[in-house]
Amino acid sequence: MARVFMKGCEAIAEAAVRSGCRFFAGYPITPQNEIPEYMSRRMPEVGGVFVQGESEVASINMIFGAAQTGTRAMTSSSSCGISLMSEGLSFLAGARVPMVVVNVQRGGPGIGAIQPAQQDYLQATKASGNGGFQMMVLAPSTVQEAVDMTFAAFDYAQRDRNPVMVLADGVIGTIMEPVTLPEARSSEQVAELKASCRSWALVGHDLSCEPRALVDSGDWDTKGMEQKNIEASALYESWKKDAQAEELFLDDAEVVVAAYGISGRIARSAVSLLRQEGLKVGLIRPKTVNPFPFESFDKLDYHRVKAILDVEMSIPAQMLYDVRMAVRGRCGISTCLHSGGEILGRHEIMDSVRGLFK
Amino acid sequence: MEKIYTRTKMLNNDVVSGFCPGCMHSTLFKLIGEVIEELQIENKVALVLGVGCCGLAKGYVTYDNTTCGHGRACATATGVKRANPETIVFTYQGDGDLASIGLAETMSAANRGENITVVFVNNGIYGMTGGQMAPTTLVGMKASTAPRGRDPKEHGYPMHMCEILNQLTAPYYLERTSCNNPANVVKTKNAIKKAFQNQIDGKGFSMVEVVTSCPTNWGLDPLKSLDFLEEKMLKEFPLGVIRDKSREEN
Repeated sequence: MARVFMKGCEAIAEAAVRSGCRFFAGYPITPQNEIPEYMSRRMPEVGGVFVQGESEVASINMIFGAAQTGTRAMTSSSSCGISLMSEGLSFLAGARVPMVVVNVQRGGPGIGAIQPAQQDYLQATKASGNGGFQMMVLAPSTVQEAVDMTFAAFDYAQRDRNPVMVLADGVIGTIMEPVTLPEARSSEQVAELKASCRSWALVGHDLSCEPRALVDSGDWDTKGMEQKNIEASALYESWKKDAQAEELFLDDAEVVVAAYGISGRIARSAVSLLRQEGLKVGLIRPKTVNPFPFESFDKLDYHRVKAILDVEMSIPAQMLYDVRMAVRGRCGISTCLHSGGEILGRHEIMDSVRGLFK
Repeated sequence: MEKIYTRTKMLNNDVVSGFCPGCMHSTLFKLIGEVIEELQIENKVALVLGVGCCGLAKGYVTYDNTTCGHGRACATATGVKRANPETIVFTYQGDGDLASIGLAETMSAANRGENITVVFVNNGIYGMTGGQMAPTTLVGMKASTAPRGRDPKEHGYPMHMCEILNQLTAPYYLERTSCNNPANVVKTKNAIKKAFQNQIDGKGFSMVEVVTSCPTNWGLDPLKSLDFLEEKMLKEFPLGVIRDKSREEN
């Protein structure tokens, strides 16, 4: 496949189209406006639908409707816009309707800052809305990963009949990089993917020969509702096998940097330079932050590893909770943080690591 | 003997309705069922249910339906219809759902001229949650959150959704009906049928507002509720066709 030079947001949108996305609804918010703009041009070209919603609330509920027909559907937003979508995400997860949501994170809380941040980690991985539901959350550190993860997100969503989040940030969304785009699914394949959802989808079933569909996040019967919760919980447990992380120099590492997304990318560069200085430092970069790659931390030899450095663009730190659960007191954990739209400097990570070797 | 009237197949025969005595939801779902059969769309109809008493209907209707977020029915229906234009999509929403929490979704779907059918059930009060004040509650009418009655100085005035939507260019058909007597029941059925036919013909946004009663939360028995509806509600919400673009076309 030919390599093309693309902006992160546009590459995400194109990857979605190639994975079979045929419905997009969204509302303007910086720094992800290029996704809806791209979709408004691209969707009509592939026989899809683009709707500019009157709000994030309406947009996610349009997705709820479109995705119920079995159509691959996506929305995107940023931080405070994602908060407005939490109601709809809860309905989607409750009714077990597949879709993809992209969060191009910016500073927060509230209106925060339009610059890149990673301040929605806990919201994305632990509580994206009411009712204790979960989504798989994929965290790209390059535009290429954003493409690959967006493409895969639709397949995970359909496999699980559950929303999937791509947790990007303002750097990934606005940076331009060369990428290899995946081959586009043909219109026949896209139609087949939609048709395979027919049994549960809200399509207006032929009642003379098919059972009706009820797409419903609720249940008047508490036993029935509890059963839905139990089935969803089993799904979330099954994701352990899907956990992914980039592991670098762990064989002899005495200090391990833990960082995801754009922080992970900056950390990778810092770790490589520190290795040239002769420091035995490694990297665990979660590519899925839900499921979190606990196994990567279990593999470490804690007789050798002195410390973990949690690096993220959030103050207070948020991934730190998962890192603590992963480390389980087997070594100390330090942090190297920025927040509010301030981007981490590689030298800051390097200084923090050097400090841990002293 | 020839059967000339049977119960609609679009309602489950083996389920006892939980709607209160004197509530008009039962009548409306019967009428909708009959319309679906008469238009022969039972193999492609999808109901997007609002939140409130009407949500009970998910267990009563025999056809595809979904329960969406409170007020979001017009957005969800937009998604269903745009993604699958061959499906006949209608929402069924109460006044709190459509005119309060869902005002933006309702106005915007109407303004886009979405090719959907909206059945708006206006009884001037929140039913499911226990009689709180709605955007359509009459001035002076008591509600559990307006114990001294709706006071315009504090609460403003009842909202007239048909008239508000009539300010927009896109909507195709807006009519207000009631189910307070047999003649109006027939008119309501005809209006709903027209609203569905408009969608089948690709005409765009159609809404039928049905002024109904809520004996339980009005604190009146079903017959007195009818009196209240006729004497008070219909004065505030006069019946009739507010917009019908087909008249301009003919």
